[in-house]
Amino acid sequence: MSAGVPTQFQPPGPQNFETPPIFSGVDWFTKPVLVATLSVIVIVWFFWGASRKAAVVPSKLQFAGELGYNFVRNSIARDAIGSRDYMKFVPYLCGLFFFILFNNVAATIPLIQFPTFSHIGWAYVAAIMSWVIYNAVGIKKKGLWGYFKHQTMPAGVPVWLMPLMIPIEFISNILVRPVSLSLRLFANMFAGHILLLVFVLGGEYMVFETGSIALGGVGILTFLMGLAIAGLELFVQCIQAYIFVVLTAQYIGSAIADEH
Amino acid sequence: MSNIALAITGDIAVLGYGLAAIGPGVGVGLIFAAVINGTARQPEAQSKLQSIAWIGFGVTEVLAIIGIALAFVFKGQAGS
Repeated sequence: MSAGVPTQFQPPGPQNFETPPIFSGVDWFTKPVLVATLSVIVIVWFFWGASRKAAVVPSKLQFAGELGYNFVRNSIARDAIGSRDYMKFVPYLCGLFFFILFNNVAATIPLIQFPTFSHIGWAYVAAIMSWVIYNAVGIKKKGLWGYFKHQTMPAGVPVWLMPLMIPIEFISNILVRPVSLSLRLFANMFAGHILLLVFVLGGEYMVFETGSIALGGVGILTFLMGLAIAGLELFVQCIQAYIFVVLTAQYIGSAIADEH
Repeated sequence: MSNIALAITGDIAVLGYGLAAIGPGVGVGLIFAAVINGTARQPEAQSKLQSIAWIGFGVTEVLAIIGIALAFVFKGQAGS
C-alpha cells in the first residue's frame, strides 16, 4: 500500500476468517483455540473467585457471580424446564452460556477481535452436545419408543393425520434442531464479523487508498459508522448466546415434559 | 454470453439472497408489531413481552442470517 496509488478494493469474505497457527510447529493452536482456552480460564477464575468466601452480605465479585448464575438458573433453566428437574441441567446451561458469551464478545474486545464461533466447527460441537443431552434425557425418562411417540405424535391429533405428522415432527424436532442451533450461532457471528469488516476495511480503503479527498471524508464517516455497528454487534453477540441456551433449555424441557 | 442486447448477466445467487431476505424481514416486523401492540394495551406487561420478543427474534432472524452466509457459499461455488 503505497501512498497516492489507487489499488483494487478487496471485499471481505470467507478468506478473512483464515487463522494461521500461532506457533509454527503446532498446527492446531490457532487464534480461536487460544481465545477459547483463555475464555475457560477467565470464566473458571471469575466463578471460583465469586464463590470463594461466600458471605451472607456479598462482596461485589460474589454479587456479580450470583447475578450471572441466577440469571441462567432462574430465568433460563427453571422457566424452561420446570421447577422439578431443572437443577440437573444448570451446570451445563451455565457453562454453555458463559462460554458462548465470552467467545462471542471476544469479537469486540480489542486485540482479539475474532469470534470463535465464526468457525463452524465450534458451533457444531455445542449444538451436538445439546442435541445428545436432550435426546438422551428424553430417552432415559420415557424409553426409546415412548420418547419417539412423545416427540412425533402430539396428543389430540386425529389418526389419519399421523402419516403426515410423524415425518414432519421427526424432521423438525430431531433432525433440524441441531442444524438450526449451530447455523444460527455460526451465521450470526460470521455475518456480524463480515459486516464490521466491510465498514472498517471500506473506510480504510476510502481514506488511504483512493486518490480523492471527497471519498476520504466519506471514509471517515464510514469508519465512525463502523463504531455504531460494533455496538450493534455487541448486542447481537449477547442475544445469540442467550438464545442458544434458552433454546437448549426449551428442548430439554419439552423432551422430559409430562403429557397433560 | 447471450447475443440478446438486453440480456441480464451476473450471479443468480444475488437474486436468491434478495428474495430470501423478504421473509425474515416481514417476520421480525410482525414480532415487534405484536410487542408494541401488547405494550400499548397493557404497559405493565412490557418486560415479559420484550423477553419473549427476543427469543422470537432470534429464531426468525436465523433465516436471514442463513441467507447471507449461504450467499457467500454460493458465490464461492460459482467462482471456483
